[in-house]
Amino acid sequence: MKKRLIPLAIFVVLVGFLLVGLGLNPREVPSPLIDKPAPQFTLAQLHEPAKMLGTADLKGQVWLLNVWASWCVSCREEHPLLVELSRAKIVPIVGLNYKDEPQAGKGWLRQFGDPYSVSVIDRDGRVGIDFGVYGVPETFVIDKQGTIRYKQIGPVTAEALEKKILPLVRELQAASANVPAPRARS
Amino acid sequence: MRHAQTCPLRGRAIYERAMRRLSAAGARLLLSALLALATALPLAAAAADAVPTAQDPVAASRAVKLSEKLRCLVCQNQSIAESNAELALDLRRQIHEQIAAGKSDEQIVDYMVARYGDFVLYQPPVKATTVLLWAGPALLMLLGFFILARTLRARRRLAAEPPLSAAEHERAARLLAGDAGKEDS
Repeated sequence: MKKRLIPLAIFVVLVGFLLVGLGLNPREVPSPLIDKPAPQFTLAQLHEPAKMLGTADLKGQVWLLNVWASWCVSCREEHPLLVELSRAKIVPIVGLNYKDEPQAGKGWLRQFGDPYSVSVIDRDGRVGIDFGVYGVPETFVIDKQGTIRYKQIGPVTAEALEKKILPLVRELQAASANVPAPRARS
Repeated sequence: MRHAQTCPLRGRAIYERAMRRLSAAGARLLLSALLALATALPLAAAAADAVPTAQDPVAASRAVKLSEKLRCLVCQNQSIAESNAELALDLRRQIHEQIAAGKSDEQIVDYMVARYGDFVLYQPPVKATTVLLWAGPALLMLLGFFILARTLRARRRLAAEPPLSAAEHERAARLLAGDAGKEDS
């Protein structure tokens, strides 16, 4: 009797594995950069190309890095959420305008709204590679010490925002006493 | 079409780049002409892609070998050498540049792993988390041998069972006859 149950047991285990497999997304490759210092960059700003913005300028505050492009279809999906988030002035969002035409990028922001404190131009995608970007959009949560704490692959969803990103941002903001006020672009 | 993670066929990437440049202008007619042209362009694209190391065949073959070892994150069943995703183009360019800068193969692979994780390697390193992956086939084979040995032993025991007694012979003969009788009727 016991012997007869063995194939059934194997089958159940197999089904279990397959069920778990159904829930996994092979497109979401865990980033090795989590809990590592964010890659250094100094890039020209989208709206004022003469001005540069670097990782060093953002130290001391929690910030989001959102990789976007005007040619990116699913960026439109997450965009209203980002605009809403920027209105709430909880956390500054820096936009990495990835492999885009600056003109097209600016036009896109005019059309859909600009949630970014600053957008910087990554014309040839080199900084994107440093951040391990492989699909746009991607969003990174970076803490006051400049360490990457979370990476959202694909569009930011309301669920991800409420369950992961915002709680993490609040926790990181509370981590040190002198919390710099989140600034939005004037 | 989630994210911008599409796996372009040859020529598609060129079309998308052109599209990007022209999307603001809205030159639709030109676009469809470009689309037609793009299908005819792959050879030109391949040639353009090969330029950086074309002068140095050793570097070129190193670049190809390296990019064959690395997985494209967009088209996950293609290597960086095979894929025509934008990212693969960029990473091939990185490899060319780093070879030109005198980096060793190991340094270049480390550069990729630091950014994209072990996932970019078609041959994952042996680590605590990958031990099962590496040892799995050997373990399965051992399990197979174990089952084989057990089955063979059981069969030998069966063969060694004592022959039928006289009473059992008689019963068997009766059964066989009975069956035959039924079949006949």
